[in-house]
Amino acid sequence: MQEREIRELIEEVRVGTLPRRQFIGQLVSLGLTAPMASMLLMHAGVAQAQPVSTYKPTKRGGGGTLKALWWQGATLLQPHFASGTKDQEGSRIFYEPLAVWDNEGNLIPILAAEIPTRANGGLAADGKSVVWRLKKDVTWHDGKPFTADDCLFTWEFARDPASAAITAGVYKDIKVDKVDSHTIRVTFTKPTPFWAAAFVAAEGMIIPKHVFGPYSGAKSREAPANLKPVGTGPYKFSDFKPGDIVRGEINQNYHMPNRPYFDAIEMKGGGDATSAARAVLQTGEYDYAWNLQVEDEVMKRMEAGGKGKVHVIDSGDIEFIQLNPTDPYTEVDGERGSVKSKHFAFTEAAVREAMSLLADRKGIQDFIYGRTGVATSNFMNNPPRFRSPNTKWEFNIDKANQILDGAGWKRGADGVREKGGKKMKFVFQTSVNSIRQKEQAVIKQACQKAGIDLELKSVTGAVFFSSDVANPDTYGKFWCDMQMYTTTMTQPDAERFMDQYTSWEVSSKANKWLGRNICRYRSEEYDKAYHAGELELDPVKRAAIFIRLNDMVIKDNAVIPLITRPRARGANLKLVSTLSGWDLDFSTLQNWYREA
Amino acid sequence: MGSYILRRLLLALPSVLGISVVLFTVLALAPGDPFEELATNPNVPAEVRLLLRAKFGLDDPIWQRYFRWLSAMLQGDWGFSFISRVDVDILILQRMPVTLAVIGASQVLALLIALPVGIYSAAKPYSWFDRIASTLAFIGFSLPTFFTGLLLIYLFSITLGWLPFVYRADITASGAQWWWEHLRQAIMPVLVLGLFQGASWMRYVRSAMLDVIRLDYVTTARSKGLKERVVVIRHVVRNALIPVVTLVALQMPAVFGGAIVTEQIFRIPGIGSLLIDAILRNDTPVIMAVTFVFACLVIFFNLIADLLYGWLDPRISYR
Repeated sequence: MQEREIRELIEEVRVGTLPRRQFIGQLVSLGLTAPMASMLLMHAGVAQAQPVSTYKPTKRGGGGTLKALWWQGATLLQPHFASGTKDQEGSRIFYEPLAVWDNEGNLIPILAAEIPTRANGGLAADGKSVVWRLKKDVTWHDGKPFTADDCLFTWEFARDPASAAITAGVYKDIKVDKVDSHTIRVTFTKPTPFWAAAFVAAEGMIIPKHVFGPYSGAKSREAPANLKPVGTGPYKFSDFKPGDIVRGEINQNYHMPNRPYFDAIEMKGGGDATSAARAVLQTGEYDYAWNLQVEDEVMKRMEAGGKGKVHVIDSGDIEFIQLNPTDPYTEVDGERGSVKSKHFAFTEAAVREAMSLLADRKGIQDFIYGRTGVATSNFMNNPPRFRSPNTKWEFNIDKANQILDGAGWKRGADGVREKGGKKMKFVFQTSVNSIRQKEQAVIKQACQKAGIDLELKSVTGAVFFSSDVANPDTYGKFWCDMQMYTTTMTQPDAERFMDQYTSWEVSSKANKWLGRNICRYRSEEYDKAYHAGELELDPVKRAAIFIRLNDMVIKDNAVIPLITRPRARGANLKLVSTLSGWDLDFSTLQNWYREA
Repeated sequence: MGSYILRRLLLALPSVLGISVVLFTVLALAPGDPFEELATNPNVPAEVRLLLRAKFGLDDPIWQRYFRWLSAMLQGDWGFSFISRVDVDILILQRMPVTLAVIGASQVLALLIALPVGIYSAAKPYSWFDRIASTLAFIGFSLPTFFTGLLLIYLFSITLGWLPFVYRADITASGAQWWWEHLRQAIMPVLVLGLFQGASWMRYVRSAMLDVIRLDYVTTARSKGLKERVVVIRHVVRNALIPVVTLVALQMPAVFGGAIVTEQIFRIPGIGSLLIDAILRNDTPVIMAVTFVFACLVIFFNLIADLLYGWLDPRISYR
């Protein structure tokens, strides 16, 4: 999609001929995130959709205890140390950001009085600063008022390398000033079209200055509040045992009327996904369960119990295969898989195309994932209603055979194709996970019919995803021919996501295999376009560039996207929850209630 | 006696040290990384991860890390968890009461089953009661706890819906309600562990009894005209239980290990589940501390068993 077309669409939304939701869906199908698409509209001055509140309770409290089950329990409650979503969710019960993303990419104010726009003077014309006005009359759980100083402190805390905050990446390149007691200005070093990263969503939770003040920097680990959070959220802290349980009780002074509904919340950890699904869907012992990585067949049987149902929420996670363009077996300049080497088969475009034709995405969706996976050809998200016109997928063994025949790969006596003495035998690795091993088998079967012999290898997750420099089996090293894993797109801005195909991010010995470009894709055209995108101030032009980048990688078959993996959550039939694929499960916890 | 205990304790020191060296080396050589979760999160710049590794000293050579750990341990500092950044001793103390309660209850249950059944079986060997008890005991210790655990969950939680299968350490209710809730959730895990342990102990009790019951002094007691009850309880059981008592003491640490699986199934927040979580997340300080505690328990209960044996059987003396 070109810049002009995007502009036309935005115009259509402005005059009201195109529903906002449809616009966002279309851009999402092209590889952008919903928050990013929503920001395009905001830049164009189209007002955000006013999400209709479906919240029914007319008084605070009285709802009993909300019992949530996280099969990986929260291990710490300091949002800026959170090493995974489980910790962010645990912290989110007590701490709040200025705003959150809803499922359609709208920014919803939480601690902000309103969302900054050009119209209300929040967004600077040059894209270099944002002014957030904070809600007044918000108090911390200990009764102290919430002010701009707390935002300033959060920024200083997170950016200080001595604190070792996980969120440092979001805060280190910005500058935050206090305008008055309830207004802050975030200044960027360069024009930043995507301005809603700091103080927003999972990484934006604000911590109180008066509690953490004495413990910033090197002493950050000693803060008592790391275990006993003091926030502004709908629930106050009552108990925490790392890895086991987080408990909160109702905050009677919460800053939104009639909220929260529940008198207490309990987030229990431990166990496994299947029994968590059972406790919610089948026995109804718990109200809500996070991340049900369970085969759909099994969940359907549990749902028959009639206590709960599975909610499937679109998000940007993609299961995909990478084809190694370098030679992983011979050392060049003291390094396996060096970019100076060439893979004997995957450097041929025809072979890559054949490999893509051999991925039976529909079979994988139907027989392995069910509701929890949707076949896709796009590297990024792809809701079925708006299939991208730019890329498409096909499963066609005959066509793959023709392509390979045409490229000069002839079948040998054992049925395996060869060319120039090199046989088509590939090692295909992934992490240990029963679903992934089934996917490997599906792909191996198709490849066999096309005269390609796959050797399947599975590496335990703790090793595969580690950054252990000494281990040869990490995904960052990619010392085999093909590998498969899921990449998440939690970050709403595509810039960070698309840098994984730039040549300077290539994972190599020089950067201890920490580079983000693990599949070692290199294209001058891509690099050039990416740089243009970085410098582009106009959000529409920028969006068009990212869509083009996405198409480039897919058309080249450098990676083979298989399945988008929506989030699967289990909830009691009576529990009304508002879930977003672009934010935490608890992003709007204050609005959860139980129907009578 | 005092000098014997002292000597044993001194001897235990090198073994504890040896164990710690082996544990530390194995853990350091094992693949994995506590910050693995960060690696797959593109929002976290690689520098943050490297900084964390450096800050927690993960990049130093193994021997340096070992001596740092050892010297801290000697000063009573158990270190802190890489994952939760909480002190390890706090983590362990938090988990201790639950493990002790569940394991303790299951041990009591095991003894309550093993002693009467074992004694009665031996008093009337090869009777119908003995045959049925032995058969059940064989079944009991042949079935692994993870299997019986799932079986009980299926029966009592899913089919009948009587008992919860998620164990909660902090129940808000008070008074009788509190006891009732705890009892309900503890029934299944305690049964699983207790029956398994009870089954094997019952076999020990029975064979120990059979060894003693044939001895001459028992025949003498009988010929004196003592009642069978008195003979069994006063004369046979007292002597037969000597090996059983030591066995129970020796089994104690093994029971902590056996509870790991059960704790995982029922989500009991005990030491075992702490260990499993720590292993899955490569949280070295926690793994070190928990396994080290287990090692010390083994050594400690060995000593207890030896002392008990001497105390119960005066023919054995310590020099």
